[in-house]
Amino acid sequence: MTATAPAPAPAVNATMRHARRARRGVTVRIVVPLVVIGLIVVGAIVVPLVYHYDPLHADLLARLKPPGTVTSDGGTAILGTDQIGSDLFAQIMAGARVSLLVGVATLVISGVVGLALGLLAGHFGGWLDAALMRIADVQLAFPSILLAILVASVLGQGVGNIIIVLSISNWVVFARVARSQVLGLKNREYVEAARALGAGNWHLMFRTLLPGCMAPVIVVATTQFAQVILTEASLSFLGVGVPLGTPSLGSTIYNGTQYLSTAWWISTLPGIVLVILMLAFGILGDALRDKFDPRLRSA
Amino acid sequence: MPEAKSAPLLRVAHLKVAYPIRSSLLQRQISANVAVSDVTFDINPGETVGLVGESGSGKSTVARAVIGLVKPDDGVIEFEGRNITGYSRKQFKSVRREMQMVFQDPYASLNPRLTVRDLIAEGWRVHRDIVPRDRWTAEAKKLMDRVGLNPDYSDRYPHQFSGGQRQRIGIARALALRPKVIICDEPVSALDVSVQAQVLNLLDDLQEELGLAYLFISHDLSVIEHLCDRVLVLHHGHVVEQGNAREIFERPRHEYTKALLAAVPVVRPWLDQADEGRHPTGEPAA
Ligand SMILES: Nc1ncnc2c1ncn2[C@@H]1O[C@H](COP(=O)(O)OP(=O)(O)OP(=O)(O)O)[C@@H](O)[C@H]1O
Ligand SMILES: [Mg+2]
Repeated sequence: MTATAPAPAPAVNATMRHARRARRGVTVRIVVPLVVIGLIVVGAIVVPLVYHYDPLHADLLARLKPPGTVTSDGGTAILGTDQIGSDLFAQIMAGARVSLLVGVATLVISGVVGLALGLLAGHFGGWLDAALMRIADVQLAFPSILLAILVASVLGQGVGNIIIVLSISNWVVFARVARSQVLGLKNREYVEAARALGAGNWHLMFRTLLPGCMAPVIVVATTQFAQVILTEASLSFLGVGVPLGTPSLGSTIYNGTQYLSTAWWISTLPGIVLVILMLAFGILGDALRDKFDPRLRSA
Repeated sequence: MPEAKSAPLLRVAHLKVAYPIRSSLLQRQISANVAVSDVTFDINPGETVGLVGESGSGKSTVARAVIGLVKPDDGVIEFEGRNITGYSRKQFKSVRREMQMVFQDPYASLNPRLTVRDLIAEGWRVHRDIVPRDRWTAEAKKLMDRVGLNPDYSDRYPHQFSGGQRQRIGIARALALRPKVIICDEPVSALDVSVQAQVLNLLDDLQEELGLAYLFISHDLSVIEHLCDRVLVLHHGHVVEQGNAREIFERPRHEYTKALLAAVPVVRPWLDQADEGRHPTGEPAA
């Protein structure tokens, strides 16, 4: 890369080269996680169907078999089997399905609610802003695990309840990001220009300010996704998450802990998938932030 | 001017605007910065009134008060005989159809996430009865053509246009509501000198064709002299001199006006045209 660079303006060339490399880096960091996530999504949809996966079906002869074992029906359990003899690969993919479902549903609900409340707070300011932001502070101080235990004991366990719990603890992030973005935008001249046309609050909030909030909100959503999936796994691991009989990455990891010395794969392999999923979303969020950063884009 | 004797379109009397100064901690108002006080003028239909003054003299503040973006602390603003001073935002909506604004900075005043067609149609979205939705594209293209933009570019975004072209978009946005008066807040000061002349000529043509009245704000006296019938000279928020544009330029009475005149920069292209007749008959500027 250095050999062909002409001598006259080395500093400029170096900056440009640096910028180009940074941009190429961003593309790679967006594409690779997307491919990984795509593979896991496809796997989560297809694999349990292909394997006719049934979480309640026990096959005691095939318990705790290591990865690569040939089962009695002639198939190969490429990732081994668990303590009741289910195929671990199918179970992990079914677990990823629950994790992704919880993640998407939580982000949609908390994103829409948080965005709307953040827009309201930022646009109107005053007592409405103060009230909403105090509620957000209280919410942040309240651990989601505690809330999950509360909801699980009152409403019972269930995927829907997890989504409710996680949405309640996640809207705050979206509300804060949207609000701060609105505060930055609302004094821009183009917002004033919309006012001068006679635009009302609805128009200003949803047509003028909202589009300007979307880039940071998408970035936050990506990083929050990793957070939500991890929290769901923790809740399920602690036994206040998905109900028994629903495979999730967290519950599979939990079930395997009793067999760590004899069957390490039951906990370890879903743990690795969880880490890969989180890393992919984390890197994607980071890369999107860099992409939306005007300093990199203008380079 | 054709209708000089009819009632004024816009009447501003003893306008005073103060921006509150708030304490940083509790946001309580501790004092006020008086931006303009005792500003009085009329604008008749089809007339251009100029507002000159140095930066910070309160020109934009007058404009913002007239179009209802800031509340006056004192004084009266009348539009077509209606006192609009205490109007709520809802009540003001009807006034904004008749009174529009072209902003100073064509880079900051256009929403970067809207296409030209949507920028122009934004006013129709707000005021539903002007153009039916299925005609928005066609009407927006017509307006683009009218202000000298290629209608084929209606799907482009503002960043794909030059400064002068963006200011034409801003003018088309204002025209979309079919107003009677347009407030032009330094509409060309962010543009190249050569482009300034084209935009000013466009404003001039539109005035002839549509009978628009302008409140024309500038710190550039040569621009004001070219366009305006009457002039107000603003200094630290006070009107120090006002009257017929020609007279003020030929016989300035106030020291501040003399100082402003002495500071007029080198020759501007439109001043050369001025003697050959102000309104070249009909032909659009090349
Ligand atoms: N939003 C605001 N809050 C507080 N003070 C303001 C605000 N806007 C303007 N001012 C003050 O009001 C005075 C007049 O400002 P204004 O913008 O009307 O001047 P201007 O003549 O338009 O200047 P320019 O030629 O730079 O645009 C200035 O002293 C300015 O500091
Ligand atoms: Mg100004």
